[in-house]
Amino acid sequence: MNKIKCECGHINPEGTVLCESCGKPVEQNQHIDGNKHNKLLNMRYDGSARRSQTYNKSFVDKIWNFFSSVKVGVWLIAITLLASSLGTIFPQEMNNQSSLPADEYYEVNYGLAGKIYYQLGFHDLYGSWWYMLLIASIGISLVICSIDRVVPLYRALKKQKPVRHESFLKRQRVFGEAEHVTDEEKETLLKQLKERRFKVMEQDGHLLAEKGRFSRWGPYVNHIGLIIFLIGALLRFVPAMYVDEQLWVREGETEVIPGTEGEYYIKNEDFFVEMYDENDERYKEAIQKEGGSVPKNYQTNAVLYQRTDDSLPGAQPELEKVKEGSIQVNRPLKIDGFALYQTTYQLNEFKSMSFKLHEKDDPNEESLGEITVDLIDPKQEYKLDNGYRVVLDKYYPEFKMENGEPITESKYPRNPALVFNIYTPENPNDPEVSMLGVGFNIDPSESNDYKLGITNVEMRDVTGLTITKDLTLPILGIGGFIFMIGVIQGMYWNHRRIWVQPRENGLWIAGHTNKNWYGLKRDIQQVIAGTNIPEPNDQLERKE
Amino acid sequence: MELSTISSYLLYTAFVLYLIATVFFAATIKEQEKATKQSKAGNIGIAITIIGFISQVGYFITRWIASQHAPVSNLFEFTTFFGMMFVFAFIVIYFIYRFNLLGLFTLPVALLIIAYASMFPREISPLIPALKTHWLYIHVTTAAIGEAILAVSFAAGLIYLIRTIDQSSLNKKTFWLEFIIYTLYATIGFVLITMAFRAGGYENVFEFQATDNNGKEITVQSEYTLPPLFGPHDNKQLTEGAMKPLVEVPSWLKGEQAARKLNTLVWSIVTGLALYGLTLLILRKRVAAWIQPALHRVNPDLVDEVSYRAVAIGFPVFTLGALIFAMIWAQQAWNRFWGWDPKEVWALITWLFYAWFLHLRLSNGWHGERSAWLAVIGFAIIMFNLIAVNLIIAGLHSYA
Ligand code: HEM
Repeated sequence: MNKIKCECGHINPEGTVLCESCGKPVEQNQHIDGNKHNKLLNMRYDGSARRSQTYNKSFVDKIWNFFSSVKVGVWLIAITLLASSLGTIFPQEMNNQSSLPADEYYEVNYGLAGKIYYQLGFHDLYGSWWYMLLIASIGISLVICSIDRVVPLYRALKKQKPVRHESFLKRQRVFGEAEHVTDEEKETLLKQLKERRFKVMEQDGHLLAEKGRFSRWGPYVNHIGLIIFLIGALLRFVPAMYVDEQLWVREGETEVIPGTEGEYYIKNEDFFVEMYDENDERYKEAIQKEGGSVPKNYQTNAVLYQRTDDSLPGAQPELEKVKEGSIQVNRPLKIDGFALYQTTYQLNEFKSMSFKLHEKDDPNEESLGEITVDLIDPKQEYKLDNGYRVVLDKYYPEFKMENGEPITESKYPRNPALVFNIYTPENPNDPEVSMLGVGFNIDPSESNDYKLGITNVEMRDVTGLTITKDLTLPILGIGGFIFMIGVIQGMYWNHRRIWVQPRENGLWIAGHTNKNWYGLKRDIQQVIAGTNIPEPNDQLERKE
Repeated sequence: MELSTISSYLLYTAFVLYLIATVFFAATIKEQEKATKQSKAGNIGIAITIIGFISQVGYFITRWIASQHAPVSNLFEFTTFFGMMFVFAFIVIYFIYRFNLLGLFTLPVALLIIAYASMFPREISPLIPALKTHWLYIHVTTAAIGEAILAVSFAAGLIYLIRTIDQSSLNKKTFWLEFIIYTLYATIGFVLITMAFRAGGYENVFEFQATDNNGKEITVQSEYTLPPLFGPHDNKQLTEGAMKPLVEVPSWLKGEQAARKLNTLVWSIVTGLALYGLTLLILRKRVAAWIQPALHRVNPDLVDEVSYRAVAIGFPVFTLGALIFAMIWAQQAWNRFWGWDPKEVWALITWLFYAWFLHLRLSNGWHGERSAWLAVIGFAIIMFNLIAVNLIIAGLHSYA
């Protein structure tokens, strides 16, 4: 490396623009920060030597320089911003509640534009490889640009001395000259600098008053926060870090909690929905507008169990109750890093139906035997006394007629229909066929002698839970927290410096801040108050 | 008197006080030497503003007690709250810079926001389960405060542009500046025309076919409160004797309320144009050109600094409220901290936009005029997310 020795004696690294110690512009490097043709010095990073501005030979240099450029960063942010907005034109597939598949949905709803949208892959824009690539590039850019600047800036701020080169002072944005200054005035100046909470360094009568230097690290701290956040988001692709499962539990039933590898079980004791009282004076008007029912609460009362035996496949698990509580929207039940959220429900699912067999013409419908069909797990055959037998021939849990054919829409007993074959002692081989469902009881042959009548129906609610475990949350939280510290540090404080240089009878005064010049000028006004030192000029301010 | 009635009166009071304060800030144009010097009119103006703000806080608290939840749960409540925080942000910035003319530009915008909010249904509504968490209030209020502070940079940016842009000819810059001013007129237009027909009890109902989310045809009704310049496609009019639509919208405008919203939009644009045209007739020059001389004592560098400062103060608050608290709430309510819902995405876009703004200012030295244009665009994005995303792209958020 070709070190640069300044006339003040300080040895600077190659690529330095302003001497780290005295601030004198290094002749051959003025083009780097564009100081050549400007009256004022570019004070970004205090003219320190940055790798990206110094080397541009190898492949690594080129990559480094690309990602450390704020221009590139600015472009990346702008492209990401525009790309993100494209994803809001039509709904994203993942937020779409439609029953249509995506390849039809967009065309049906949005015509040609929708079709193109789908074909470009914008229906899953935020999961697309190029969107991820954009985010990743921002991440890389953040790392490289921060390292490129923070180290040199740290050096420059550490090495700086109160004695500064003339041209450094003159070429500051805030600069002023005082012809005659008495010793008392200098005393006042010093005193008032300290009163304004400046840290003052003195060297041969030269002053460097500084405050808020720590705010210079704000951007780097916030970038670190962002990087941690992005790493957290990346870790969600690691299976062990992130569980997200759905579970339906019927009232009264116990299910193993998915994702816990058979360790935990949940029992749904009760599920219910509460509505707001329509006659509540307070909300009457709004509830009427909503059509009379606004939900107030969805709740599952649950018991959690832990398995205590070694989980042998097939063996009845031995369970021990570990927790009991309610699950509401916004109030998950937590166990061992897993959280159980109330996400959906099904009211009044059929649990079982009971029937009695009787002679069709019997006015008293005297029972020849009763059967109960478990609608989740129905038996095939039901034997009654006296030689009667009922066989479940067909079962439609969610019955519907389509094109004249009975079908089931799902495997959940929401609207069950059953077809029975009834074997009687008179006709042990030639059954009578009977079809029953909610609100109908059909004899297809119209020649039956026996009839099954519904005597009882048991219903229950089903709760839909989401089970999540997200070990990345703490990482994301820490990232967000560090980001906030960084932005506040960088935005609510600023780094102000005032240099005072003794001249023959008077002095020069110059000031710099990384932001909030108004605040700096007000500081200077108060520092020179009560002296004859004229207020320094803002050399950037237009004169009118 | 019922609490909710007291609450409404307090809001009216605040509105009137902001109006009076605006007049006093306008009076500072004549009075002072330097725009930031203390002036009598300015002192009275800020005092009235503060009383108005306190009155609006009173509205907020009484409504909270009456509804038993923080009143930020529907479009009226949220927008009003945003207006209140905008005034608050102005008061804070005012005491940093003592810049009187900022009041002349922020208060009318605040008035417009509150008037606009009042056009939405105002009854107190119950909260659905997903909204029942303290994080909702924390998220919504902090986000609104952040946006309000960022919006002050718009007001300052506007002052900068009116002050500095050369008005000698009509060109791209003067045109867009007038366009910004015209959007304020269009908002006034919306408020006035809505109030006028509401006062007359206008109603006109149409029935028509629309497609639902699953591609099925459904019959829906649309209730017009403004005369139908645009009617739904292939509609049947249910209100007898009322005006027939001038034009039916084409069939691809299928959303249930799309035709009605378009109709309202066109009414606002037209009314705004009429008001703006009238102003031009009276002034006989562009509005910005007419205001410009009044601002000639304003120091552009100071305004630029105010605008930048507002972004610097608002950005962290916005990040905290609109992203971090929003994620915490979403994690609790839907067990996913981020879901790419349009409202979320637009919050992200707003955030990226201001990050972009800050970096441009840092490295490329986008100060002054460019920075002022950016401040205006930033405000447009905020307003888009506040209003358009709710009205056009409905998402999970409940204000739709
Ligand atoms: C969304 C992503 C980003 C956010 C939210 C962000 C945020 C910030 C903030 C708030 C500041 C402080 C600005 C100020 O003080 O006015 C800053 C400074 C900075 N950012 Fe970023 N940034 C992001 C991405 C990037 C990228 C991709 C680069 C890479 C080129 C970059 C480079 C810088 C630099 C060089 C500074 C100035 C550092 C200094 O003053 O010492 N940022 N950033």
